[in-house]
Amino acid sequence: MNIKGDAWKYGDDINTDLIIPARRMSTSEPEELAKYCLEDEDPDFVKKMKTGDILVGLKNFGCGSSREHAPLAIKHAGVSLVIAKTFARIFFRNCINIGLPILEAKECAEEAKTGDRFEVDLDQGVIKNITQGKTYQSTPFPGFMQEIVRAGGLINYLKASGKIS
Amino acid sequence: MTKMTVTEKILAAHAGKEEVRPGDYIMARVDIALGNDITAPIAIREFYQAGGKKVFDSTKVVLVPDHFAPNKDIQSAEQCKILRDFAREQKLKHYFEIGRMGVEHALLPEKGIVLPGDLVIGADSHTCTYGALGAFATGVGSTDLAAAMLSGEAWFKVPETIKFIYYGVLPPYVSGKDLILYTIGDIGVDGALYRAMEFSGETIDKLSIDSRFTMANMAIEAGAKNGIFAVDSCTVNYVTERNATRGYTIYKSDEDAEYCEVKEYDVSKIEPQVAFPHLPSNTRPVSEASHIKIDQVIIGSCTNVRIQDLREAARVIKGKSVSRHVRMIVIPATQDIYRQAMKEGLIDIFLDAKAAVSTPTCGPCLGGHMGILAKGERAVSTTNRNFVGRMGHPESEVYLTNPAVAAASAVLGKITHPDEVLRGE
Ligand code: SF4
Repeated sequence: MNIKGDAWKYGDDINTDLIIPARRMSTSEPEELAKYCLEDEDPDFVKKMKTGDILVGLKNFGCGSSREHAPLAIKHAGVSLVIAKTFARIFFRNCINIGLPILEAKECAEEAKTGDRFEVDLDQGVIKNITQGKTYQSTPFPGFMQEIVRAGGLINYLKASGKIS
Repeated sequence: MTKMTVTEKILAAHAGKEEVRPGDYIMARVDIALGNDITAPIAIREFYQAGGKKVFDSTKVVLVPDHFAPNKDIQSAEQCKILRDFAREQKLKHYFEIGRMGVEHALLPEKGIVLPGDLVIGADSHTCTYGALGAFATGVGSTDLAAAMLSGEAWFKVPETIKFIYYGVLPPYVSGKDLILYTIGDIGVDGALYRAMEFSGETIDKLSIDSRFTMANMAIEAGAKNGIFAVDSCTVNYVTERNATRGYTIYKSDEDAEYCEVKEYDVSKIEPQVAFPHLPSNTRPVSEASHIKIDQVIIGSCTNVRIQDLREAARVIKGKSVSRHVRMIVIPATQDIYRQAMKEGLIDIFLDAKAAVSTPTCGPCLGGHMGILAKGERAVSTTNRNFVGRMGHPESEVYLTNPAVAAASAVLGKITHPDEVLRGE
């Protein structure tokens, strides 16, 4: 799977309260949540971004609560991929489970700037920053997770493997 | 046989394996799967979408509406109703309606629902609290909860373990909250990312179960997968009083189990800690925070409102008054804690001091309701997170402390060491 998009770059420890604050969570409708994606970090993010754009963070992206509302808001705002130096673990598994592509790539995350154009080969984990003319290799997912993503998320994976009928 | 940590042993047992190693991927059987009024509605929707008819075990799926309950508006009432309807349809044994409800991570141990050696997943990040009982407990997302409700299993990557050893005698007014804040201040909010935190040492052996809950609760604030304590007589006494309806297994780390890191702390010189905005790792000793004026004090949340916490706060504020410029809100974590506090006269002490006392709810902890901050306001809170906007306006501030410091701060209207209020008594 190939992804093309422009980057939106943020810093360390982008937590789930910044991605979707509690005051927006008396609903769990993805389309509604998407309207407020990242509003306490960057109030205009949703207005500025285009479908297919890429979010870039530094270390510990998605730390804080287990709310799946956070990756759902990002996915349904139209973000195609999140790149970070490291991800918080519950956020990481939530992304895998709902099928929002994410990649861990240290140097790439550090060097990326807002507005940089990216081309990404998800299967190979190869990330090209077209604007800066640089290519990076991300840490590949273990086979187990690739199977979940390939199945289209955890529930489908369990169905396919006969764990649930 | 390979030597294993307690975390590895519990995971191996639930995966039906002789042994597991850090980095292994496993499918494991869960003893308890928990959801709340924020996370369960999504899980329930996915459960039905996947064609779910019956949960894998109606005694093992636990639902607690506590975040926006008693409901704060129509939307949150609708969310809670999703839980209520599902609990009725599925005949869930453990669904807690208002009046029985408490903040989930205080409630489950109190009701004897989680036990030593259990593998617990909860669609709530502070599920790690149950590590205080020697269980493997970790926060997951709604899809994980849906999958567990369907299959009774969850996937895990076996974490490496960091061992934390605490020694020395705790100074006055220093509790589990201060130990964990101090630790997070040392290692950072991602200092234990993907890892297990195992708490041990002579200080821990003497630590109350309530303080252990507080420490395990905040393991996630260091990015950890779980926090865990060895089971000892203190744990066994606590569990025995719960009249649990099932048996449990005690797992112990092998003497020469492998740790990826070992950290040691001499606690005898630690002061009560204050985590400054906007990260729990931004800690300083209370003596360096005494210039900070405040508008609100919250004694609440799954972190720090068990009976010991209320006793400590009451001891400081007894016979004093909350500053005229401060609102103090006390939220006992469960109905039983509330009643016990009444019996001991603690509620009277709070009311006499002009604090408000509320029915159990997460409420202000996540900026839900019952004490939201306006722009520019500052709160001292016994909760666990002080992120931007956590308790209200994005330009408000939250300082995290233990209950004694919170009560002292309410009296003087600024961050205060309890000694300053109690001096001369
Ligand atoms: S009290 Fe706070 S931290 Fe605990 S479960 Fe409720 S919202 Fe989460």
